[in-house]
Amino acid sequence: MTKIEIKNIYKIFGSHPEKILPMVKDGATKEEVRDETDHTVGLDNVSLSIKEGEIFVCMGLSGSGKSTLIRHINRLIDPTSGEVTVDGVDVLKLDHKELLEFRKKSMSMVFQRFGLFPHKTIIENVAFGLEVQKVPAVERNETARKQIEAVGLQGFEDQYPAQLSGGMQQRVGLARALATNPQILLMDEAFSALDPLIRSDMQNQLIELQSKLKKTIVFITHDLDESLRLGDHIGILNGGRLVQVGRPEDIIMNPADDYVKAFVKDVNRSKVLRAKTVMTKVDQFDNTNINPSNTYNVEENVVIEDIIPKVLKERSTISVVDKHGNTMGYITANELSDALTKH
Amino acid sequence: MKWVNDGFKVFNEEYGIYFEIVNNFLLGSILSIKKFLVFLPWPLVIALVVVIVFFTSGRKLGTTVFVGICTFFIGFLHPKFWDKAIETTSIMLIGIFICVIFGIPLGILMSRSEKVRNAILPVLDLMQTIPSFCYLIPGIMLFGLGAVPAIIATVIYAIPPLVRLTDLGIRLVDVEVIEAAESFGASRSQKLLKIQLPLALPNIMQGINQSTMMALAMVVIASMIGTRGLGDEVLLGLQQLNVGKATEAGLAIVLLAIVLDRITQAYGQKIQDRNKPRTK
Repeated sequence: MTKIEIKNIYKIFGSHPEKILPMVKDGATKEEVRDETDHTVGLDNVSLSIKEGEIFVCMGLSGSGKSTLIRHINRLIDPTSGEVTVDGVDVLKLDHKELLEFRKKSMSMVFQRFGLFPHKTIIENVAFGLEVQKVPAVERNETARKQIEAVGLQGFEDQYPAQLSGGMQQRVGLARALATNPQILLMDEAFSALDPLIRSDMQNQLIELQSKLKKTIVFITHDLDESLRLGDHIGILNGGRLVQVGRPEDIIMNPADDYVKAFVKDVNRSKVLRAKTVMTKVDQFDNTNINPSNTYNVEENVVIEDIIPKVLKERSTISVVDKHGNTMGYITANELSDALTKH
Repeated sequence: MKWVNDGFKVFNEEYGIYFEIVNNFLLGSILSIKKFLVFLPWPLVIALVVVIVFFTSGRKLGTTVFVGICTFFIGFLHPKFWDKAIETTSIMLIGIFICVIFGIPLGILMSRSEKVRNAILPVLDLMQTIPSFCYLIPGIMLFGLGAVPAIIATVIYAIPPLVRLTDLGIRLVDVEVIEAAESFGASRSQKLLKIQLPLALPNIMQGINQSTMMALAMVVIASMIGTRGLGDEVLLGLQQLNVGKATEAGLAIVLLAIVLDRITQAYGQKIQDRNKPRTK
């Protein structure tokens, strides 16, 4: 089911965005608009639909408009033209009061530089969303305490954010976002400011939380590995335009243009590609040479990194099975070699 | 300019009654503060100052002792300075109070709207640059000689830094922190009271500190229109060409300045320490 629908969003920054809009709609590029009019195109005809319960990763380099895009979902930024629908509600038609109510109930946000309130203790930070909703102090502290525990920060409740390390601060940010129990989580480069080891820790923690909570998560990043790891779907932005949307394998196997190609060039394919993407289907496979005693059954969603040793060391044939145990296709050294070198 | 004089005269005659009310109110407040402080025995006043400094500075012993000694020395220089310093302080307290009531909301308004800021900034420049005697004179005509026109002049002279620093403090709050508050659906007033003002507090305290110092300078000048206090001792020394007397009174003013500065400064420092990341 579609949770968030974004239709033909344009965002132009400058003094008279409406006047520039027709020009952008006619296909002028970001550079042309900048040189001719002093306006900046933030988003150029972006349409997306994000399903309930998935992690949608929006990727692009800095200046590609990804942070602008995510701020349209909770309307921290108003578009120049276009439509944003969340749960069937047209977000742009909400008046000020309804908008505040919408932000309180439906979604919360995690920020790149954490966005913690430096003058509030950890527990006050986590309870802030509930404080805004005027939940009584006892109740909101109890919820906050549970969330702090869930991210493993018990014992730090009465410290100030400045006393915590970056990774811990972002866990506070995550706990704060989850404390209001929103259905949608907006994460704006949430892990980009953390060092690599802690980042990978946080990614694991997010995946783990997500398997329990089943939120709809919109995740912004400039890191391809991160997006491949987290995303159910990935959207790639370049210069305010959405150049490709798809599952991680789609992006790697069929990059839409040179920009995406450059992005995926250095990626470790064996960690992303799954058995079912790489296999040759049963009906196309010449199975005369299969030695049944040297065949392994592998589940369709396994990444090929896990089957490489079996194929290369033991010279086995991998038979890929679906969840009912039916054989869907086979993988041999040939398939592996094609998948890992394909450009 | 004759028409200004005529206009002012008519204005004074028409609306004098309102100024009378303001005058009585301010004079009443000053007198009650002064009477109360003079009525207290001086060791008690010093003890009070010490306690205030101790808590506002976050229990810093050095600052507390230093301020205590300074307070003591005002009276020690010459016993009559004590009452005069209290008179000066009373005028300043009222002046600063008025500055805070008007200055902080004005600063908030400025931080919220570019238009308001553009309108207020030149007025602030004017208030700071126009020679203070220019508004002391109409002050005298409206309120008579004494403490009240001094307060008005003090407020005009001392309010700009507070307004500016309140505005600056609010605008300096991290955009991401503001966005975080907004993303949780905080209304404008929730944002202001829970996030912006607390985070702007170090700057606002700095503004109050600056206003206090400027107010003290103004109170001395205001002795020329008959405001009593430490300033009239300086004036007296000047008129009699008695350098020693003027120096002595000047020293008392410096001591008072140090005391007031430490109190306001220390409090701002305390909040700032908490908000800054600790460096290891």
